[in-house]
Amino acid sequence: MNTTIMLFLVQDGITNGAIYALLGLALVLVFAVTRVILIPQGEFVTFGALTYATLSAGNMPGTARLAVAMGVVALGLDLYAGRRALHWRLVARAIAINILLPVAIYALTFWFAGKNTPIAVNIALSLLIVAAIGLSLYRLVFQPLAHTSVLVLLIASVGAHLALQGLGLVFFGAEGLRGPSISDAAFMIGPLRFTGQSIAVYAITIAFIVGLWLFFGFTLYGKALRATAVNRLGARLVGIRTTLSGQIAFLLASVIGALSGILIVPITTLYYDTGFLIGLKGFIAAIIGGLVSYPLTAVAALVVGTVEAFSSFYASNFKEVIVFTLILPVLVLRSLAAPEVEEEKD
Amino acid sequence: MTQRLLPISIFAALMAVIPLIPGMPPFWIVLLNNIGLAALVAMGLVLLTGVGGLTSFGQAAFCGFGAYTTAVLSTAYGVSPWLTLPLSLLVSGGAAVFLGLVTVRLSGHYLPLGTIAWGIGLFYLFSKLEFLGRNDGITGIPPLSIGTLKMLDAGTIYYAIWIAVLVCALLSMNLLDSRTGRAIRALRRGHIAAEAFGVQTPRAKLLVFIYAAVLAGLSGWLYAHFQRAANPTPFGAHAGIEYLFIAVVGGAGYVWGAVLGAGIVVILKEVLQSYLPLLFRGEGQLETIVFGIMLVLLLQLAPTGVWPWLMGRLPFKPARKRPDTSLTLPARERPAAASGALLKIDNARKQFGGVIAVNNVSFDVQAREIVALIGPNGAGKSTTFNLITGVLTATGGTISMQGRNIDNAPPQEVVKLGIARTFQHVKLVPDMSVLENVAIGAHLRGHSGAISSMLRLDRADEAKLLAEAARQIERVGLTDQIDQPAGSLSLGQQRIVEIARALCVDPTLLLLDEPAAGLRHMEKQRLAALLRTLRDGGMSVLLVEHDMGFVMDLADRIVVLDFGTKIAEGTPDAIKTNPDVIKAYLGAVA
Repeated sequence: MNTTIMLFLVQDGITNGAIYALLGLALVLVFAVTRVILIPQGEFVTFGALTYATLSAGNMPGTARLAVAMGVVALGLDLYAGRRALHWRLVARAIAINILLPVAIYALTFWFAGKNTPIAVNIALSLLIVAAIGLSLYRLVFQPLAHTSVLVLLIASVGAHLALQGLGLVFFGAEGLRGPSISDAAFMIGPLRFTGQSIAVYAITIAFIVGLWLFFGFTLYGKALRATAVNRLGARLVGIRTTLSGQIAFLLASVIGALSGILIVPITTLYYDTGFLIGLKGFIAAIIGGLVSYPLTAVAALVVGTVEAFSSFYASNFKEVIVFTLILPVLVLRSLAAPEVEEEKD
Repeated sequence: MTQRLLPISIFAALMAVIPLIPGMPPFWIVLLNNIGLAALVAMGLVLLTGVGGLTSFGQAAFCGFGAYTTAVLSTAYGVSPWLTLPLSLLVSGGAAVFLGLVTVRLSGHYLPLGTIAWGIGLFYLFSKLEFLGRNDGITGIPPLSIGTLKMLDAGTIYYAIWIAVLVCALLSMNLLDSRTGRAIRALRRGHIAAEAFGVQTPRAKLLVFIYAAVLAGLSGWLYAHFQRAANPTPFGAHAGIEYLFIAVVGGAGYVWGAVLGAGIVVILKEVLQSYLPLLFRGEGQLETIVFGIMLVLLLQLAPTGVWPWLMGRLPFKPARKRPDTSLTLPARERPAAASGALLKIDNARKQFGGVIAVNNVSFDVQAREIVALIGPNGAGKSTTFNLITGVLTATGGTISMQGRNIDNAPPQEVVKLGIARTFQHVKLVPDMSVLENVAIGAHLRGHSGAISSMLRLDRADEAKLLAEAARQIERVGLTDQIDQPAGSLSLGQQRIVEIARALCVDPTLLLLDEPAAGLRHMEKQRLAALLRTLRDGGMSVLLVEHDMGFVMDLADRIVVLDFGTKIAEGTPDAIKTNPDVIKAYLGAVA
């Protein structure tokens, strides 16, 4: 094997793997807090990327409207759920989160769209829009089901994925989009060329891994979020607001998803349905990490990225087959390490 | 005609007439064909997911195995479609064996995630392999034919599809209503209770997994000969999700829910595809948005599906047949009184990390004796039970039953030696009737397998099992509740159902974990009388109980545990005055 080719492939694999790691982290985060296996994570990626690309092209993204629409429905649900004890603070809070926030984001987007906006503003707007969607998604889909089993949550998650992906087609069309890169800087180390974009990918990934690991391992609030996942009732009895925990988890996941999308859309063309596959590769990493360990997930994501890079070079036709079959030996290992007495609940 | 077959016959007659109606638009027949094909796959999912609790998003891939097998063999090698049928089923079943061995042992959410992953992997494999025609697939598949009749149009293959649906529905219902079926239905509520009565849960899981895959393979085979072409698109991840959607819509626990769900979803999809674009002037796939939203709404508002809702609205309730209690099963040989120790526990030890839950405990249970295991909360009583029954593996020591070493034997082996148990936290299947729950206890005393159950060759065997269950229910005094769902009983009654289930094993040693908790005074007295009768009939009883009045009155001997260590053993009178026991319970010498 040619060393230069190998180095190229490894570099490519690590860049991809870093993105999968980010997504894998978000999946672990959401699962650890809400027990939701977040299939729509892929849609956060495409929404983030394509919103950014649309804004950069000077157009108004449809996702801004979606954020407002979801907020309106969420307000309705909030008011209906709290109808027996409606006092002004509850109503004010519900209106602030569900209506004022997305409308403000919409207004900002409307104001900036079309002008020659700086890249940083477009990125910020895209993140805000997807964050608002993520927040409402939890309220609409998962909060009413919070007490049910992992399987019901998973099926609901697949439903949300279908709806969001269909909406993605409506907003962005079937054509793929690309966005401008964050930085045009580049330098060479030996035969390898490092772009500012790929350095940004590495830096942001590492920052998130360390940040999440510190947050969940060493802060009281991080531990409170984890306690919610283990036992909702118990967490509520000791004063943890489980709904707030879920909202924070979805907020973080949607921001991470959108950010990954924004990071890769300058490198590859994204289509409305690309996110699903990218998200699933993050999943494979998350499953290898057992849906609990952040560092293990990150390492697994790098492995997935590298395997993908090598298989697209040597057997490009079977790239996806190889990547998705990677999960089978992992599952075998997990099933051999048989769990201790564990009773599934309905 | 039995009551069971009447509604099916009416439905079959109705379906047979539909294509003969003059002026029936051919498009409707195509739609009905699609419903039948989807219903077959969804029926497998009903057994796998709704009944067995194993969620799969990958069923579409098994359709692909069925379809591509016949496509390749009948086009490239000119094999007759009827000969490819068994091969199609074999290939999809074989794929299920391989994938099942890898995935069904996974607990909870790993299984569905695994199915998504291999579902997508197989989709890409179908679309990349040269001999499967890559993305274009295979065309020119010959039609099914009987003699000179070629099933070229939708109206003739309609019969092949719907006969398959009806036969499979019948086979599935037969399977569920049998010894194997009860084992499958018990899977959803966790494996511990089922295994305690001898059910090989991994085997039962693999069985439904293969069954569901074979039904999907049959659907794929029919699809290939109906479309006369096969390409990867209908076997992808989204199709797999749609099949699950169908099962959830119809009612994931009901065989006919699959047919109903397929009808609703296929028609809805058709309507949405033709009208949504007019309403929203958008590009395609609008129906997936509506589908996704509906799936979420359905889970939030009606998680059990449409079929049970419809059944609940029926003006009449189907009556259940009472089992004929004159049939009997061969009984186990009883040890004679004073024949020595039945159960012997010698220095049993269990450590969970640094916690010593059971610390070198030794005691025995003689034949025809009631022994009570008491002690404060956390003393290690239930852990001792779990060590005896093989739910937990001991860290050290030996446990033997009638001289046979049983430490670290799996629960399925322990129960074969005549040790039956109840659980501190009731482990019944709430939506199964009391009779069916109790019949699980007799699992090892029946012999019919899955195939004979599907073909109803198991009736003699089954009648004996149900008779035994009914007799034990009568013995514990719950005959009035025999047809009620177990989940509708009070907690005290559910404990009694567990005792009846344990008695169905025909045990020599009965382990009862807090049997009197939740019982009223009179019920406790009746339970005590029952246990005395059982002892006099030759059974030994080891029970954990907190009600001291009940224990002191009933037990021949008492063993006291505290913090995992045995602190006293003796007759009730000796225990009552033992200073160590009083100290353990009251903190100081009272």
